[in-house]
Amino acid sequence: MKRVRLSYPYISVWMPLFIIAPMLFVLYYATFKDGAFTLEYVKQVFTTTNYLPALWTSIWIALVTTAVCLIIGYPVAYILSTMNKRVAALVSILFIMPMWMNMLLRTFAWKMVLDDTGVLASVINALTGNSPKLLYTPAAVLIATIYDFLPFMILPLYTTLMKMDRSHIEAARDLGATGVQTFTKVILPLSVPGIISGITMVFVPAMSTFAISRMLGGGKVKMIGEVIERKIMEQNDPAVGSTLAILLIILVIISMAIMNKVDKENGSAGGTLW
Amino acid sequence: MKKFLAFIKGAYLGIVVLFMYLPIAIMMFMSLTQSRSATRWNGFSFGAYQKLFSPEVGIIDPLITTFVVAVISSLAATLIGTMTAIGLHSMKKRPRAVVESITQLPMVNPDLVTGVSMMLLFAFIGIKQELGLFRLIIAHTTFNIPYVIFSVMPKLRQSSDTLYEAAMDLGCSPFQALTKVVIPDIMPGIVSGLILAFTLSLDDFTISYFVGGTKTNLSMLLYSKTAKGGVGTEFCALSTLMFLVVGILLLIVNLRSIRQEKEQAEQRKKVMRKA
Amino acid sequence: MKKILSVILAAAMLAALVPALVSCDSSKTLNMLNWGEYLDPELKTEFKKRTGITINEKTVTSNEEMLKLLEANDCPYDLCIPSDYAVQRLIKGGKLAEINYDNIPNIKHIDERFIKISAGFDPDNKHSVPYTWGVLGIMYNTTMVDEADIGSWDLLWNEKYSGQIFMYDSIRDAMAAALCRKGYSINTVNADEINEAANDIIAMNPHYRGWVTDQVKDDMIDGKGAIALVYSGDAVWSMEPNEGNEDLAFFVPEEGSNIYFDNMVIPVNSKKKDMAEQFINFLLDPEIAAQNTEFVYYTSPNTGVPALLGEFLSNCSAYNITDDEVKRCEIFKDLGDSIKLYNDAWDRIQAAIAK
Repeated sequence: MKRVRLSYPYISVWMPLFIIAPMLFVLYYATFKDGAFTLEYVKQVFTTTNYLPALWTSIWIALVTTAVCLIIGYPVAYILSTMNKRVAALVSILFIMPMWMNMLLRTFAWKMVLDDTGVLASVINALTGNSPKLLYTPAAVLIATIYDFLPFMILPLYTTLMKMDRSHIEAARDLGATGVQTFTKVILPLSVPGIISGITMVFVPAMSTFAISRMLGGGKVKMIGEVIERKIMEQNDPAVGSTLAILLIILVIISMAIMNKVDKENGSAGGTLW
Repeated sequence: MKKFLAFIKGAYLGIVVLFMYLPIAIMMFMSLTQSRSATRWNGFSFGAYQKLFSPEVGIIDPLITTFVVAVISSLAATLIGTMTAIGLHSMKKRPRAVVESITQLPMVNPDLVTGVSMMLLFAFIGIKQELGLFRLIIAHTTFNIPYVIFSVMPKLRQSSDTLYEAAMDLGCSPFQALTKVVIPDIMPGIVSGLILAFTLSLDDFTISYFVGGTKTNLSMLLYSKTAKGGVGTEFCALSTLMFLVVGILLLIVNLRSIRQEKEQAEQRKKVMRKA
Repeated sequence: MKKILSVILAAAMLAALVPALVSCDSSKTLNMLNWGEYLDPELKTEFKKRTGITINEKTVTSNEEMLKLLEANDCPYDLCIPSDYAVQRLIKGGKLAEINYDNIPNIKHIDERFIKISAGFDPDNKHSVPYTWGVLGIMYNTTMVDEADIGSWDLLWNEKYSGQIFMYDSIRDAMAAALCRKGYSINTVNADEINEAANDIIAMNPHYRGWVTDQVKDDMIDGKGAIALVYSGDAVWSMEPNEGNEDLAFFVPEEGSNIYFDNMVIPVNSKKKDMAEQFINFLLDPEIAAQNTEFVYYTSPNTGVPALLGEFLSNCSAYNITDDEVKRCEIFKDLGDSIKLYNDAWDRIQAAIAK
C-alpha cells in the first residue's frame, strides 16, 4: 500500500466538497445574477455609502484591539519566559485558562460589569459622583474584544519567547549590550514570529466578530460582521452578504501578506502556535 | 534593585490576572443573587442554579448537542486528518504545497465566512435544515481537520522515514508498519490534534450559528438568550460551573504532569547514581 | 495500539450512525420557530406529559428572520408564530398549509372580532390561528419624563431626553414610528415619505442610547433609559410587580400606531401537521392560554382568558388595550417587492449608525 493513498479520501472528496466548493459558492453569489456574470453587487458595495462605514469601524476596532493586546500581552509573555520554568508553567495556565471558557460567556460577563447599575459604574459613581454610561458604546465593545482575545496574543508570544535560546541573550550581555539594547536588538527580533502569529490570531477574529458588538454595542456599534449577518439571515440577500464576505477575505489575505513580508524580512522560519 | 524589579514584574502580572478574572469573579458572585437579572442584588439564593436546569432555559438539549458534535467531529477529524497527514508526508513537494495551502483556508478564513459559505453549500446540495446535527458535524469536522493535519505533520517530519521501511524489510505488511510503527511514533501529535479539535468544537459559535438549522448548541443558546436579551443570572451560574470544571480539569492535568516530571527526575538521578 | 484502532473504528461507525440518529429522534418532535420568551416552558413540559410530543423551540427576534427561515425550500419547522404582514406574504408565496379546524375545536374560544380582523391578511381564515395581539407604542419612565411631553410620537424625537431613548431594532417597527409621526401610512410605498422617515431617524440617532430588541425590557426596568419604542406586551412585562419597575408607563400615541397580530401557522412542508394542530388546540384551551398569558404578558385573543387572569393583568392598561386605541391603529401589510424601499432606507440608517 502506498502511503500517499491515505490522503486521497480527503484530497478527492472532503477538500473539494467542503473547503473549495463553499468558497466558490460565496464567489458565485457575489458575482452572478440570474446565471450571468455581474459586478453589480461589487459596485453596490463600493458606490453606496451603506456598507463601508461598518467596514472602517471593524478595521479600527480590530487594529486597536490588536495593538492593546500586544502592549499588554508582550510584557506578560516576557515576564513568564524569564521565570523559573516550573513556576512559569503554572502561572501561564492562569493566562490560558480563559481560552477554555466559552467566548460568549466571557463577553456576557462584561455586559454585566459594564451595566449602568453594574459594579464598574457603581465604583466610578462612588469615586467621582457621576454615573457613567459604559454599556452600548464603542469602548464597551473594545474592552470585550481586548479581554476575549488577549490569551490568543499571550500564548504564541510565550511559546516563542520560551523556546528562545538563552545563550543569545547571554552573549549579547557579555558583549556589553545594555538591557535595553539586548531587548531591542536580540529579544524583540527573535520574537517576531510569535508577535506575528499573535497579531493574526487577534486581528482576524476581532475584525469579523458580530456577537461581541451585538452584545455590548447595543446596536450603536456596527461592525462588518453584523452587516453580513443581517444581510444573510434577515434581509435574505446572500448576494451583497457574499460580496462583503469576499471583501473580508481579501482584507485578511492582505494583512497576512504584510505579516509574511515582515516575517521574511526578519529571516525567521515563522512561528506556529501548535 | 533586583528585588524592586521582581516586585514590578509580579505586580504587572497581578494586574493583568485581575483584569482577566475580575469579571469572572463578579459573575460568580452575582450568580447567587435572588433577582432575575444579574444587575440587581436583592438577597442570596441558589435560584439561578435551579433555573439553569429548568425547562425555561432548556439547557439540556443544547448541552447534549454540543457534546455529541464535539466528540464525533473531533474523532472524525482526527481519523481523516491523520490519514491525510501521513499521505501528504510521502507526497511530492509541489502537490503537497497546494493541498497544504488549501487546507489552511478554514484556519485563515474568518469563522463568519466559513459559516456563511457552508450554509450556502448545504442549501445548494440539499442537506436540509432538519438535519441540523449532521450539518453541525460536517461543518465542525471540516474546520477541525486542518488543525489535526498541522498537529500531526511536524511529528511526521521529526520521525524517520527509514523506520517505516525498516519495518517493511522486517516483514511487516504496509498496514502493520503503519499501525505498529508510524502511528505510535506520531501519537503525541495525534492526541494534541484530537484535544485541540475537541475544544475548538466545544467553543464554536459563529460557524454553528449559520449551519445549525433546527439544532441549537450551547453557544447558540447563549447567543439567543443574551445577545439581544438582558443579563439573566442563570448564565452567571453556567459560567461559574464551567469555570470550576475547566479549572479543576486543568489543575489535575498539570499536577499530574508535574508529578510525572518529578518522578522522571528522580529516576534519572537513580540511574545516574548507578552509573 | 489495538485500543486506538478500535477507538478510531468506533468513531467511523458513530459517524455513519448519525443520519439514523437524527431521523429517529425527530419523529415525536415538533420544530417550532418562535420569539424569545413567547411560550411558557412549563406548557411544553405539560404538553409532552399529555401527548409524548417534544417541542423543539428555536427563537428569533424579527419577522424578517422568521420569513427568511420559513421561505427556505428546506424549511424544517412545523409551527411558527409570525405577525400579520408576514403571514400575508407567506400565504402569497404558498408557504403555509391549510389548517384543519376539525382538529382544533378550541378555536371557538377565539374572539369573533379577531377572526374578522385576521381576514385582512388571511382572506379565508384558512392558514392562521390568532395567538396574541397588541399595539406598538411608547414606554416611558414617569420619574424621568415630564407628563406634558407625552401623548405624541414627538416624545421619541424630543432632544431633551438625549441619551435616554431606546429605539427598537426592527425595520418596520422603527419606520412605523417615524411614518406615523408625520401622518403617513405605515404601509406607504411612496419613496419620498419613506426617505423622510428614514432621515428623521438618522437625525435622532446620536440621541439614542441604543438600538435594542428583547433587552429593552431589562434596560427600562434598570432605568437605563427614559423612553422606548416597544410592543405593548413588552411594556406589560416591564411593569409587572415582581421584577418590573412600577415607575414605567405606556401609551399609544395620538397620531396612531401599528396594531399587530401574531398568529400560529403551519408551514406547508411540515410532515407533522396533525401534531402541530394538536398543539395549537392545546394552547387555545382557556386555562392553558391564561397560564401562557401570565408568562408572555401579550394580550390574548381568547375569550376565556380574561376571567382567569390575576389582578395585575386585569388592571394593567397596557394589557387591556381600549377600543379607542385600537381604532387609531393600522395593521402592517405585506409590501411585496416594495419592501426593497424599506431595505434600502434601513441600510442607510445602519450606515449612519456605523459612522
